[in-house]
Amino acid sequence: MKFIDENGFRKDGRKCDELRPTRISAGVLPNANGSALIEQGGNRIIVAVYGPREIHPRHLARPDRALLRCRYHMAPFSVPERKSPAPSRREIELSKVIREALEPAIFLEEYPRTTIDIFIEVLQADGGTRVASITAASVALAEAGIPMKDLVTAVAIGKIDGTIVLDLNHEEDQYGGGDMPIAMMPILNKITLIQADGLFTYDEIKYGLELAKKGIDKLYKIQREALRKIVEVTK
Amino acid sequence: MKTHSIIPLLRKKTLLTLLNKGERKDGRTFNMYRKVEIQTNIIKSAEGSAQVRIGNTIVLAGVKLNLGQPYPDTPDQGVQIVNAELIPLASPSFEPGPPDEDDIELSRVVDRVLRSSETIDLNKLSIIRGKKTWIVYIDIYILNHDGNLFDASVIASVAALLTTKIPKIEIVNENKIKITEEKVDLPIRNLPVSVTFSKIGNHIIVDPCYEEELLSDAMITVGIDSKNNICTLQKIKEGCFKPDEILDILKRAINVGSKYREKYLKKLLEKR
Amino acid sequence: MVIFKKNGSLVYPCSLLAEGNYKTGIGVYRENNRFFSSFLGYFKKDYNNTLNVVPIKSVYVPVVGDIVIGKIIEIGISSWTVDINSPYNGILQLSETISRPIDLVKTDLREILNIGDIIIAKVIVFDLTRDPLLTIKESKLGRVREGYMLELSKEEKLSERKIKDIEEKFKCSIVVGKNKRLLIIPKKNEKALSAIEYIIKNIERGRFK
Repeated sequence: MKFIDENGFRKDGRKCDELRPTRISAGVLPNANGSALIEQGGNRIIVAVYGPREIHPRHLARPDRALLRCRYHMAPFSVPERKSPAPSRREIELSKVIREALEPAIFLEEYPRTTIDIFIEVLQADGGTRVASITAASVALAEAGIPMKDLVTAVAIGKIDGTIVLDLNHEEDQYGGGDMPIAMMPILNKITLIQADGLFTYDEIKYGLELAKKGIDKLYKIQREALRKIVEVTK
Repeated sequence: MKTHSIIPLLRKKTLLTLLNKGERKDGRTFNMYRKVEIQTNIIKSAEGSAQVRIGNTIVLAGVKLNLGQPYPDTPDQGVQIVNAELIPLASPSFEPGPPDEDDIELSRVVDRVLRSSETIDLNKLSIIRGKKTWIVYIDIYILNHDGNLFDASVIASVAALLTTKIPKIEIVNENKIKITEEKVDLPIRNLPVSVTFSKIGNHIIVDPCYEEELLSDAMITVGIDSKNNICTLQKIKEGCFKPDEILDILKRAINVGSKYREKYLKKLLEKR
Repeated sequence: MVIFKKNGSLVYPCSLLAEGNYKTGIGVYRENNRFFSSFLGYFKKDYNNTLNVVPIKSVYVPVVGDIVIGKIIEIGISSWTVDINSPYNGILQLSETISRPIDLVKTDLREILNIGDIIIAKVIVFDLTRDPLLTIKESKLGRVREGYMLELSKEEKLSERKIKDIEEKFKCSIVVGKNKRLLIIPKKNEKALSAIEYIIKNIERGRFK
C-alpha cells in the first residue's frame, strides 16, 4: 500500500507536515467543572474535568497535593468493529500515560487532600486519539480554573513509506512503519509524553521531534482560541 | 498492584548530594548497570524459561506454546501474547489483586519491544494459513523488585525465547497435522534490549534501583534492536524531559544497549 | 522592570506577564525573575507591585475569617459536617454552636442542627492539612430559619451598592457568603424571590468586578 504519492501528498490530500483540520470547543458540559470537545480529522473526543473535589475513598487522599485521576475510554460505537464497553488493557495503559502527560503541568500542591478527575470519552476514533485527548484535556483543565504551569499540547508523528510525517490518521497508523505520540508544554519546552512503536533511527526521531514541535505550536493556538471563545460568550 | 511509598527526606537529601557529585549510592557511574545474571531452562514445565537478576531485581520469564487460530487480519502469522505481573511476594509495596495499570503497562511495553523488533519470526510460525498457527505465551513474573523491572523483563523474555524449542510439525493434509517428537529452535530474528533511564533533578542515570526510582521525577525506557534502531519508547512517571535530554538519552541507550547485548545475549544465541 | 500585559487583559496559563522585581499574588507563578499566569483569567497589578490573575472560574478554598453559607450534610458524635461549596467540607463542633455546656448523653444533636439545615458560619481554623473548622457563635451567625440559598457559578462579585439596591427594591435582605453563595431572605412577598434570582443571574452574566 502506498501512502504518499509522487507529488508528496498523502491519501487524504495532506502534505507530510500538515495537521488534520482541528476544532476545539470548551465549556460543552454544564455539569462538569471544565470540559472540552475536540474534532480532529475523524476523531471526536469529549473530556470532562471534575474537581478539585473531595476524594472517595478517603484513604487515597494525599496530604500534600491533589490526586490526579484519569480515565480514557472508547465508546463501543467509536470504531468500525463494535468494541466491548469493558476497559481494555490498552485503555488502562493510555489512561496512565495520559495522566502522566498532564500531571507535570498542574499545580497539584494548591489543593491537598482533594482529587481532580479527568474523564475522556472517545466518541469517534481516527488515529491519534491519545494525543487529541491530551490536547482537549488541557483545555478542559484550564476552563475548570485549575492552576497550570502551561497547557499540554500533543501530536503523533509517524513513519509512512519510509518518510516521517505529522499527525497520523487511523489508516496510516495501522499500516505504516511506526508511530510516536509526543506531548509537550510548548512554552516551557518540556516533553511530558513520548512513546514510540515501530523502527526509527536516531535521526528520524530527531527530525520527528522538530516536526512535532511545529504541529504542537499550531495546536497551541487552537487551544487558546477555544479558551478565548468562552470568555467572549459570557460577555 | 503498587501502593505509594514515601522516601524519607533525609535519605533523599543524601542521595541527591551524591548525585550532584556524579556518584550513586552503590558507587556506580551514571551509565553503569548493576551485575546481570541470566539462568536459562530452569522451569522444566515451560518450553522456554529464563531467570534474570539485575542487582537485587529478580524476574522470571516462562514461554509456553499452544496451537491455535491466527488473528483474522494476519492469517499467515503466529501469535505473541505477553503478560507481566508484579506479584505481592516481590515487594512490601505490592498488594494482591487483579492486574493494575503498572502490570499492564509493563506487559504492553515488553510486548512492543519484542513485536516492533520482530524478535520472534511470526511468519515462520504459521502452520495452515488462516487455520492453525503457534501461539507463543510469554509470562513474566517479578520475584523481587529493586528497580528497573522493564529491562529485567525484556532480557528475561528474550533469553527465554532464545532457549525455547518448538516441536516440528508435519502437515498430513489441509485439516490434519502431526506433532512430531523432533524439536527445533523457536525462529528468532532480532535481539532487542531495553535501557531504562531515570531523571532525578537534572541527573539522568541508567538502571535505577528501587530507591532511585522513588526519587525520580520521570523515567524513560528505550528499546533498541540489533541494528541500533529504536523500536520502543515509553516515558514513565509524572515528570518531564527536555527535547535535548531525550536525544542524549537515545545516544546513550544505543551505546549501553549494544554493550550489554554483546555481553549477555550473543552468548545465548551462539549456544543454540 | 517590564510589564507585558495591560491591566484587565485576558491571559492564559503560561502567559508571560512581567519581568523584574515584582511580587506574586493570586494566579501568578515565578521562574527566576519572570512572572507567568497560572489561570485563564484577567491580569491585575496592585499598587504595591503585586501581580495577580483573577481566574474566570475557580473553586472556593476557605480562608480564616470568611463568612460562609453552609448546609449540614452529616451529623457526628459531637460535630456536624457542613457542605460549604468547596472541595473541603467544613466541620462545626458542638462547642462552636452553643455557649452553655451540653450533656452529650442527654442531647440529640439533631435538635440543634439537622441534616439539610442552612447556616451562616465563620471559618475559624484552616491550614490545608485538615478540614476547615467553623463557628456560629458570633452575632449574625447561626441557623437560617427562612430564606433561599443561591449558588453563584462564576468568579463574579456583586457590589455592595447593587446588593442594597436589590434589597430595597424587592424588600428582602441578602447575605453574601465568601463561598459563592447568597442567602436571600424575603421580608414580605414570596413571589419576589424568583424576580431576585432572575436579576442576580443577569448581573452575573453581564458584569465583571
